[in-house]
Amino acid sequence: MPAATLEVAGLSAGYGQTHVLEDVSFTVPAGGRLSILGRNGMGKTTLMASLMGLTRRYAGSVNVGGSDITALGTAARARSGLGFVPQTREIFKGLTVEENLFTGLKNRPRQAIEEAYALFPRLHERRRNLGSQLSGGEQQMLATARTILGQPSILLLDEPLEGLAPVICDMLMEAFTRLADSGAMTILFVEQRLDSALTFAEDVIILERGRIVWSGKPPALRSDAAVLERYVGVGGLH
Amino acid sequence: MAEATIRSAAASRPGPLLRDLLGLGLIALGGLAGYLLFPDNLAFLTRLISVALLVLSLDLIVGYCGIASLGQAALYGAGAYTAGIACLNGVTEPFLLVLIGAAAGAMTGLLMGAVMLRAHGLPQLVLSIALVQLLHEAANKASWLTGGSDGLSGMVPAPLFGVFEFDLWGRSAYLFGLGLLLVVFAVLRLVVRSPFGMLCRGLKEDPLRISALGIYAFPVLLKMFVISGAVAGTGGALAAIATQVVGLDSVSFELSANALVMLVLGGIGHLYGALVGTVIFMALEHVVAAANPFHWMTLVGAVLIAIVLFAPRGLSGSLDQLAGLLTRQGGRAGR
Repeated sequence: MPAATLEVAGLSAGYGQTHVLEDVSFTVPAGGRLSILGRNGMGKTTLMASLMGLTRRYAGSVNVGGSDITALGTAARARSGLGFVPQTREIFKGLTVEENLFTGLKNRPRQAIEEAYALFPRLHERRRNLGSQLSGGEQQMLATARTILGQPSILLLDEPLEGLAPVICDMLMEAFTRLADSGAMTILFVEQRLDSALTFAEDVIILERGRIVWSGKPPALRSDAAVLERYVGVGGLH
Repeated sequence: MAEATIRSAAASRPGPLLRDLLGLGLIALGGLAGYLLFPDNLAFLTRLISVALLVLSLDLIVGYCGIASLGQAALYGAGAYTAGIACLNGVTEPFLLVLIGAAAGAMTGLLMGAVMLRAHGLPQLVLSIALVQLLHEAANKASWLTGGSDGLSGMVPAPLFGVFEFDLWGRSAYLFGLGLLLVVFAVLRLVVRSPFGMLCRGLKEDPLRISALGIYAFPVLLKMFVISGAVAGTGGALAAIATQVVGLDSVSFELSANALVMLVLGGIGHLYGALVGTVIFMALEHVVAAANPFHWMTLVGAVLIAIVLFAPRGLSGSLDQLAGLLTRQGGRAGR
């Protein structure tokens, strides 16, 4: 599936009666890279979950490649091109690495998992290990690779670097950059590591209490210490 | 260091294909040993194989998909009755009868799955019981077709390959059953190791995760129900061919419950567990019931309680765990 445009218009969503997102609107062009920033609890993960249809929607719409997917369920959204790598990774711990990858193949041949091994050679070394035997970084590689195998047109990465060692973060960022550079997918990147998020992205939005309070280009944000201090909780980047 | 040990243990483990070939070899050896050591009990051993096919079919939906069922005998009985009726109506070729039984089981699996998959958990379990009871009652009432409570009898299957008669000693039936078991087991190993099998296991672990990968659960689970039905139907057809009688017990709640007990005893989600559980349960039943026909279930109950308390993953699961521990310790000792 080629990269697709993502258009979110006036999206309000939450859990039960609790509204978390309020009137969120943005567009990411096909092949674009958007980083989503904000302090903890400001709605970043809820936004990702809402795009996947995992929350309750109160208003607004979501379009993928010009098709309205607002009314679709989670599986149908994934089939329409959304690929989600959740914050909790959610690999199948009772299956081996290779078996986990099989679950992401959809109708592709088994040989397609070589693509995953090419992206993350570490997974090939660990292919017979159970998911429960993997380190956090390897689990993240596996969760990402499994999603990539489904050839999504839009990839949603929710805090993929959380709790990982710097060397693993570098490996993952290199892989994400390779994916983005291939132009095969549009990437939305939620990340607390500001420098990684800004280096990766072409565009940035900041969420504060479920609303977009800033949007623009990474260089503009890097130079705006006041915005960074107020909405992201850091005084500036050097 | 622990990570390196786990990695080396995984790397030193034989590949899945080799393990499956070893497993099939062991089953074949065990089967041939049964043939040579217990020539007077071949009818019992053939029944054991047919029930093993039923328990294997149950493992597919309980162990691999996490679907609760106490109605699996509906699929077994459908295969048995259809093969029996076909035989009485002139279709006597044993392989064709097995195919007919498998098809009937698959069709019943399709219908049963379509109903059961609308519910989850306890309601699903209740639906499975209701379905097997309905089928039992239907078989009882349609006595013009099924023989009702007297059962279906008078089937005379043609000799195997046109040569080997299904005689009183049960040699042909037993070897035929053993061959069927090996073929079915090999196919099922391929199924559960395929991407489809992994999806089923993923659905059992967390349906939402599978949904987020763009997979609809219903058709995947329904497909497994159909495969399960075909396997159970094969078991039923084998029983019909071997015993040349099909009774209401083949479509009973009691047989369904016993199959679940056998599966828990052997360990769910292994396929091997289904075989181990069937052999132990039926051997206990055979030996202890002969010694004490009134209290044999007490012993079976005690064994089951012990298994559930001390080996909750079943016998094969516990053996697997033990082998894993030994492999890891061997890895450490080797370092």
